[in-house]
Amino acid sequence: MTDLRSLRSDFPILGREVNGKPLVYLDSAATTQKPRSVLDAMDAYYERHNANVHRGAHTLAGEATEMYENARSKVAAFIGTSAAQVAFTRGTTTSINHIAYGWGLNHLSEGDQIVVTISEHHANLVPWQLITKYTGAELVYLELDDDFIVDTSDIDRVITDKVKVVAFSGMSNVTGAIGPVAELSRAAATVGAITVLDGAQLVPHTPVAADDLGVDFMAFSAHKMLGPTGVGALWGRPERLEELEPTEGGGEMINVVERFHSTWAPVPHKFEAGTPPIAEAVGFGAAVDYLSNIGMDRVMEHERDVTAYALERLSEVPDLTIYGPKDITKRGGAVSFALGDIHPHDLATILDQDGIAIRAGHHCARPLMKYLDVAATARASFYLYNVPEEVDALVASLMTARKVFGLD
Amino acid sequence: MAQLDELYREVILDHYRNPRRRGTIDGDHIHAEGNNPSCGDEFYLDVVIDDGVVTDAAMQGQGCSISQASGSMMMDAIVGTPVDEVREISRKFKIMMTIEEGEDPIDHDRPGSVLGDLEALQGVRKFPVRIKCADLAWTTLEDALNTADEMSSAS
Repeated sequence: MTDLRSLRSDFPILGREVNGKPLVYLDSAATTQKPRSVLDAMDAYYERHNANVHRGAHTLAGEATEMYENARSKVAAFIGTSAAQVAFTRGTTTSINHIAYGWGLNHLSEGDQIVVTISEHHANLVPWQLITKYTGAELVYLELDDDFIVDTSDIDRVITDKVKVVAFSGMSNVTGAIGPVAELSRAAATVGAITVLDGAQLVPHTPVAADDLGVDFMAFSAHKMLGPTGVGALWGRPERLEELEPTEGGGEMINVVERFHSTWAPVPHKFEAGTPPIAEAVGFGAAVDYLSNIGMDRVMEHERDVTAYALERLSEVPDLTIYGPKDITKRGGAVSFALGDIHPHDLATILDQDGIAIRAGHHCARPLMKYLDVAATARASFYLYNVPEEVDALVASLMTARKVFGLD
Repeated sequence: MAQLDELYREVILDHYRNPRRRGTIDGDHIHAEGNNPSCGDEFYLDVVIDDGVVTDAAMQGQGCSISQASGSMMMDAIVGTPVDEVREISRKFKIMMTIEEGEDPIDHDRPGSVLGDLEALQGVRKFPVRIKCADLAWTTLEDALNTADEMSSAS
C-alpha cells in the first residue's frame, strides 16, 4: 500500500478528538481538510501583502496582484494548461452557472436539447433547468448501467443534431463512478455540441490534463482539493472562453466603460467581476503545490488502495448495500451505502459518537436518489490522508449501529 | 454507547419499525405536510377534528428513526384527545426538546406520567442536530391545528 501516513501530521485538524475519540474524517467528498502550508500561505498574505489586486501603484497592490496571478499560474499548471485559460470563480457551482448563462442564453433556443446524466450533482443540473426556462431548450437524461456507470451504449441515439450541450461529471460524488469523458466528448463533437465537465470530484483525485480531455469547459473547487472555501476555477478552450459572455458585470472585468455600454477585459479577467477572493486564491495555489509535491499519481494510487480495502471490509458487514462500481479502476473514493433498515441519519449519529465523520442524505443529487429508489444514503469518502485503520474504525462502528438497532 | 442507548430506546425503534396509524384518511379531514430540506425527512398528516376533539389521524412519510417514531408516538397521543389538550402536549413536547438544565417538564420519579411514550424522546436533546427530526411531526401538527382554527373562525 502506498504509504502517505506521514502526511497526516501536516493537517492540524487530524490531531483533534470528537466525542472523546480521535477524529476519523471520512467526508472529503463534501470538503477536504487543509494542510498547514495552505493555512500559512493565507496568513502570510494577510499579514504581509494584503491589498486589492489589479489596481493601484503602491507596493502592496503589486505584491497582492503578483501573488494572485501566481496562484492562477499554479492552478493552470496543475491541470496542464495555460493561465489564460483559468478564471477564478467562487467554486464549481459558480463556474457552471457562468457557462450555463454566458453560453446557454446566447446559443440555445426552442428545439435545442441539453444532455445531462442522472448522476449529476445539483450544481450541474439546476443551472441547466434554469436555462431551459429562459430558452425553451429541453433537458435529456443519460441513465446508468447495472454497475452505476453512465450508460453510453445508446449515446448516438440520445446525442443527436438537436443537442447543443452535453454536461456531465468526471466522477460522481455519490457512487464514485468515473464519468465516460472520452465517449461523451466524442459523441458531442460529432454533432457540434459543447461539453461541460463537472470536475469537482475528478480534479482533486486523479491526474488531469485539461487540454487533452476533449471537453470545452471544466469546473472545479479549491476546497475539495485541500484549499479554502470560496474559490474555484473555470477552465475552457481558448475559443470557447472568447465566445462565453460574462454573466457578472462590475469592476475588474471591464476594459472601457462608457455611459451606455462597456467593453470587456480579456479572458480570463472578463469573468472576474469585483474584488476576487485573493487570500483564498493564494491558498488554492498552496494547495496545488502540496498535491504536486506528492504527485497526483501517488494520490490516486493511495486512494485506490484505501478504497479497495474499504470495499472489501464493508462487504463483511451483514445487510450492507453499496451503491457504486465494484471495479476499483472505474471509481474514486466516494462510497455510498445503506445498512439494513437503519436510516443514514441515524447511522451518521451513531458513527459520530465514535468520532467518525460521514455524510448522510441526498448528497445534492436528488434525481439520482429517486433513480436508485432510496431516500438517502450514507457516504464515506476517502482522500490522501486516510489510512486503513480508519476503515477498520468505520466497520467497527457500523457493527455498533447494528447492535443499537437490534439487527444482531 | 450509554448516550446512544438513551437516544435509541427500544420504544423508539418499535415505533420506527411499526408506525401507528400509517396511511391516509378518505373522508373529510385536514391535511398538512412538513419536510426538513437539509436532510430530506418528510411527514404527511391527515387529522379529523370533530366538536373540539381529534377523532382520527393518519400519517405518511419517510425519514430517520427519530422523525418517524416521533410522528408515530404523536398519533397515539392525539387521537381521542381534545384539541386544547393536544396543544398542551405539543407545548410540553417542544419544551422537553429545548430545555436548559433545571427546566425539565418531565416528572422523573413517575416516568411517562406527563407525556407517555413521548418521554422516550428526551434523549434527543443531547444530540442538538437531531432535534429538528423530533420536531418535524409536531410542527406539521401545529400547521394542521392552525388550519382548523382558520376554518372554524371563517365558518
